[in-house]
Amino acid sequence: MKKILFAIVVCLLIGAPFALKPYGIYLLSLWAVMAIAAIGLNLTLGYAGQISLAQGSFVGIGAYAAALLTTQGWPLWSAFVLAALLSLAIGWLLGYPALRVQHHYLAFVTLSFATLVFLVLRNEEWLTKGVYGISGIPRPTLAGWSAKSPLAFYFFCLAILALVAAATWWLVRSPWGRAFTALRENAVRADSLGVDTRRYTLMAFAIGSALGGVAGVLYAPLVQFIEPTAFNLNLSLNLLLMVMVGGAGHFLGPFLGAAVSVLLPEWLRFSEGLYLILYGAAVMLLMAFCPSGLLGLAERAGRVFK
Amino acid sequence: MAGVATGGIYALVAVGFVLVWQTSQAINFAQGEFVMLPAFLVLAAMKLGLALPAALAAGFALSLLVLGLLFKRVVVDPILRHGVLPLVISTLGLSLFLKESVKEFYAAEAQAFPAVWADTNLTVGEAVVSAQSLVIIAVAVAAVGLLQWFLAGTRTGRQMQASAQNPTLARVLGIPVERMILYTFLVNAALVALASFLVSPIYLAKFTNGETLGLAAFVAAIVGGFNQVRGAIVGGLLLGLADNFVAAYWSAQYRAAIPLFLLIAVILWRPQGLLGRAEERTV
Amino acid sequence: MKEVLQVRGLAKAFGGIRAVDGVSFEVREGEILGLIGPNGSGKSTLFNCILGQLAPSAGEVRIDGRAITGMRPCELNRLGVGRTFQLLQVFPQLSVRENLILAGQEHQASMWARLVGRRDAGLGEAADRMIGFFRLSALAQEKAGALSYGQQKLLDVAMAFMAGPRLVLLDEPAGGVNPTMLAGLRERLREINAAQRATFVVIEHNMEFVMSLCTRVLVLDQGRIIAEGPPEAVRADPRVVEAYLGH
Repeated sequence: MKKILFAIVVCLLIGAPFALKPYGIYLLSLWAVMAIAAIGLNLTLGYAGQISLAQGSFVGIGAYAAALLTTQGWPLWSAFVLAALLSLAIGWLLGYPALRVQHHYLAFVTLSFATLVFLVLRNEEWLTKGVYGISGIPRPTLAGWSAKSPLAFYFFCLAILALVAAATWWLVRSPWGRAFTALRENAVRADSLGVDTRRYTLMAFAIGSALGGVAGVLYAPLVQFIEPTAFNLNLSLNLLLMVMVGGAGHFLGPFLGAAVSVLLPEWLRFSEGLYLILYGAAVMLLMAFCPSGLLGLAERAGRVFK
Repeated sequence: MAGVATGGIYALVAVGFVLVWQTSQAINFAQGEFVMLPAFLVLAAMKLGLALPAALAAGFALSLLVLGLLFKRVVVDPILRHGVLPLVISTLGLSLFLKESVKEFYAAEAQAFPAVWADTNLTVGEAVVSAQSLVIIAVAVAAVGLLQWFLAGTRTGRQMQASAQNPTLARVLGIPVERMILYTFLVNAALVALASFLVSPIYLAKFTNGETLGLAAFVAAIVGGFNQVRGAIVGGLLLGLADNFVAAYWSAQYRAAIPLFLLIAVILWRPQGLLGRAEERTV
Repeated sequence: MKEVLQVRGLAKAFGGIRAVDGVSFEVREGEILGLIGPNGSGKSTLFNCILGQLAPSAGEVRIDGRAITGMRPCELNRLGVGRTFQLLQVFPQLSVRENLILAGQEHQASMWARLVGRRDAGLGEAADRMIGFFRLSALAQEKAGALSYGQQKLLDVAMAFMAGPRLVLLDEPAGGVNPTMLAGLRERLREINAAQRATFVVIEHNMEFVMSLCTRVLVLDQGRIIAEGPPEAVRADPRVVEAYLGH
């Protein structure tokens, strides 16, 4: 049953864009990009149990890395490398507070970090051009095939998403995934079993943040013009919302959460202001009845019907 | 002086935030929007024809109802048993709900908010001080002073403190803990309403006001130590002072970074805050 | 016979309260040492000091002659020290089998090798054997959180042994286990003790369990050792009787 559903969705993802207008294709691409960032956060938060309110800033770091490099003529893959390494390193450092404090304190440290990054992006005009932003970000060409058209770029994003999903699937099912779960469920016990909780915590932050950076590298050529406000605290909070609404710790959670956050507002466009009000209310309701998100809800429903 | 005034407002918001956290373990990410809303309630009351004093009273009462009672019963109580994170997400949803509701049902543009003080400056010795700053400081000091007296000097206040420190023991002693928790929510609602009336004349009432104020509240609370109300006051004042000091003598652009540096520094070197007590890790 | 564990002058004070007040003892390889005493005598504190959960106020702990005072729990585990907890500590969202694999995986190869290697880190068969040994076969795929208390206890003990430790500290392993399972638990412990030449230190309140399992018993009262020797001798010792009656 699940496999059929999965196959249908994959077919839709590949086939539907051909029937959509450029804006629709743009939305799907945006969904793919946000899903990558959400997958990263889901690793840190959902699997390893570490709260991070800074994922949006890593998207920003990746986006600016891509924008700065490609507008200077460098190929996109160099941006991927730089963004990934930078986000990995900074994410690792961000993990250190997590070793000292938990939960709400960690939330605030990561929150501050996110805002700090935003301030740097906004104020360091010599590097980022500040509020004027960077425009004319080119889309890549891979071995002669141009990813410039909306459709082509969408498939590029989809391909990266597939790669990220596969790698994450492998990670989550490996001993590392088991260690992350142990870290989340009972860090003290994990410690006593030889799990180096310190290292795994830092790893969870590093990898999750790196994926945020990767998403950013795709975001820049997607929107082709970036400025700092796109990467402020709101993005981090949105990503957090995506992960929780989709279902933290569920593999498909980020996909669903990103869809709800990116696609739903558009489908309900006619009621724009009202939509956000309803969304806010819906989030509150969901958390009251099923804190394990939509997938948790589906799981529950599945058990009821068995 | 302006720094102390700002600090006073931050302190009000931070104290309420810490009180709610202490008694119910609820981190209210919508606290900023809680400060934004009361002003709009007053404006709406005035649109309906009420004079300023009546509108202020109406706004205050409504705030108590919505941000105190309803918030506790409808939002916090159902979710609290699920843990910290779902409640955090829920308050995020709430902040969005409040923000967009005001934007949609009232106005997107900034609104002027009437001040209850005169727009004058006084000269005290060598310094020039605005009446505005004085009023804010006076009100904030009075409010916090009143609160401190209430918590330490009255029976209900002491019961509230007991409920916050050890709810199980408090129940055993016959203290109506649920009601005490409700009182803290009401106190928070009163404090944010007060802060709203003080800050809106200066910064105008806008649906986006919550964003900066909320963050400042969290920082003040943490810098002072999550466990202590006194700490929140100190935190708020420090923040207000640092904020204005930096703006005057340093890059105005990084003004907002100061609270954040303070925050990170405090959390890393003294997680229990400046006045808080360290929480022992239990096995 | 080799001394696996050496504790010298260990003390731990919490403010003015001396929970552990100068405790010294050794444990020889293959021994099953029981640690008993009335409530509040400092048994758990002693354990936590040995295991790196608490930093002792004074004294030192050596394992195989090597000072381990203040080492982190995960480092201790890599040295071959295992433990069970008084409050149940299994991983509820993982299956029984997964719990066991987790318990041993950090000892297999390096962290990086484990990322690219087999999903079960080569421990699949070992886990299955442990499941069989503890008679948990029917529950292998069940989420640990769904097990009964007694079954979780067995799992907890099994997890402590997955990495083939030299020294295992068991904190009230019989607590809350019904009598029928108790005999089985005792047998399993005896078998592992013989097969792996593992050394045990057991905190227990269940006198019968202690007396029938342990080869030597230490009695703690108010942070100090008041008696030591074979189970029957200790049980009859008047000082021990008084310590228990006096509380």
